[in-house]
Amino acid sequence: MATLNVEPNIPSPDDFYERLIAMHRGLSDGDSALVNAKLVLLLANHIGDPDVLAQAMAAAREGMGPARDRGAG
Amino acid sequence: MKTYTNPVFPYVRPAEFDEPGGRRPVVIVGAGPVGLAAAIDLGQRGIPAVVLDDDRTVSVGSRAICYAKRALEILDRLGCGQPIVDKGIGWNVGKVFCRDKLVFSFDLLPEPGHRRPAFVNLQQYWFEEYLVKRARELDGVDLRWQNKVVGVVPHASGVDVTVATPEGEYRIACDWLVAADGSRSPVRHMLGVEWDGQVFRDRFLIADIHMKSDFPTERWFWFDPPFHPNQSALLHRQADDVWRVDFQLGWEADPDEERKPERILPRLRAMLGDKAEFEIEWASVYTFQCRRMQRFRHGRVIFAGDAAHVVSPFGARGANSGIQDTDNLIWKLELVMTGRAPDRLLDTYDAERTVAADENILNSTRSTDFITPKSRVSRMFRDAVLSLANKHPFARRLVNSGRLSVPSILVDSPLNTPDRDPDFACGSGAMIPGAPAADAPVMGPAGDWLLSYLGGDFTLLAFGDAVDPSGVASLARDRIPCNVVQVGGTPASGATRVDDVQRLAAGRYDARPGTVYLLRPDQHVCARWREFDLPSVRGALAHATAND
Repeated sequence: MATLNVEPNIPSPDDFYERLIAMHRGLSDGDSALVNAKLVLLLANHIGDPDVLAQAMAAAREGMGPARDRGAG
Repeated sequence: MKTYTNPVFPYVRPAEFDEPGGRRPVVIVGAGPVGLAAAIDLGQRGIPAVVLDDDRTVSVGSRAICYAKRALEILDRLGCGQPIVDKGIGWNVGKVFCRDKLVFSFDLLPEPGHRRPAFVNLQQYWFEEYLVKRARELDGVDLRWQNKVVGVVPHASGVDVTVATPEGEYRIACDWLVAADGSRSPVRHMLGVEWDGQVFRDRFLIADIHMKSDFPTERWFWFDPPFHPNQSALLHRQADDVWRVDFQLGWEADPDEERKPERILPRLRAMLGDKAEFEIEWASVYTFQCRRMQRFRHGRVIFAGDAAHVVSPFGARGANSGIQDTDNLIWKLELVMTGRAPDRLLDTYDAERTVAADENILNSTRSTDFITPKSRVSRMFRDAVLSLANKHPFARRLVNSGRLSVPSILVDSPLNTPDRDPDFACGSGAMIPGAPAADAPVMGPAGDWLLSYLGGDFTLLAFGDAVDPSGVASLARDRIPCNVVQVGGTPASGATRVDDVQRLAAGRYDARPGTVYLLRPDQHVCARWREFDLPSVRGALAHATAND
């Protein structure tokens, strides 16, 4: 099973971070959320590996309680 | 309605009033698509069936309109596929629009060489009318209109049913009760059995309109179209120039108001334009749910179709799965009733069809989450998918306007015999144990399609000179007989021989000369081998009938 890489992997982290914030410049909160959602989808497709994606989702959710089953929602 | 007048079936005094105390082998509750399919299947097998229905006509309104290839193939076996296909509108292509742009298009049957298209659209009343006609051709089928079941008392060895008619109540005792009485199933309530699932907080308007149009025969689905902003819409053609329009309304919509023509007409005008000439035939506002009973078999009461499981309409997984239910059930019921298989064979109906129901519910729930997002973030991702889908192919695969009914592959069925020969194809579409038999064009004594030769009883599909005449004769003489259908090769006495005229059968079955497939009476593969061996075939047949 492939493992989610949580070690530094972005060559120039400050450049990346600046670009990420800049991507949202001038957008309303709603539009920003939409842009983020599109970004998640684009990156998820690029990664493709379902194990890695599942680990990333779990890591993102960590500390916020377990996700409820669909039946409870 | 302009294009259809519901027939009125006469009430006939049931025999029980004059000769009480008799016992029937099978009583079916409900003369909808599922109950009628069950009755026809029993009738074809020479088992008498009494069908009780509280109404005296077919479906009022078009309701289920999309019949999938697999359901049509089952109806072919039941002797009523052709009129349905002739009357209906065949289609294979679906298109999905977001706002006014096409984002996604799919072809559900991209390869030729199948008798039936991916789908035929036909109003449910026509569908039921053809099934009633077919049922009436069969001596053993006793259709009783205005016979409403008001009491069900199950026992270990049968079921006592109380029936209300215009001239009072009567009792009917039966060995087996098939409950095909729809999503509100009175039989389910009478047995006190609950079902689990979820209700979706959304409302939809469906309207049938009569309209001459040269619009293509395709399924068109819109997200957020200009004529119906922020909601979805669906347009589908049916027989007789009747079109199904489906508008998402949202949970807050008032169902009584939305049903009124003065509310419906402006919506249709916006969609179809000022010049379109149309008339409303029928309209309904509905909500939906995804639920199923935990078990479909309750002793001698067996549930099928919507009585056992319901899904949202997106995906055409309602009537199509119900017809697969009875296809799965009736041959097993026959073997148990005639003492040729143990009672536990019927538990495999439950095992196989609850898995199929879960698959349908899963697909339907996923479609519904996309069409009717339940939270802001779900809506956000939905909109993100749609806005990416225009430009990026990957996002088109995520667009979900309904994953349309495909046949269940009974891959984990306890009745399958696992492959012994390691070199059989196992990928998508392969004829693995559990898969429904693929069609192919052939030439032979019973027509031009392979599926016409399979099913009803067990069938051994043998490629080339796989089976010698003594093998054919042995299988024919067994307590549960097995017909041999030979594809190519030197005709073996007793086998039905067909020619694989386009070499598609051999390809679809990954067959070489000598390859044999054992098919169940419902045309599902239960075993396959590279070489015929009588004890292996008998063993697999015993396994597929719970006789081992």
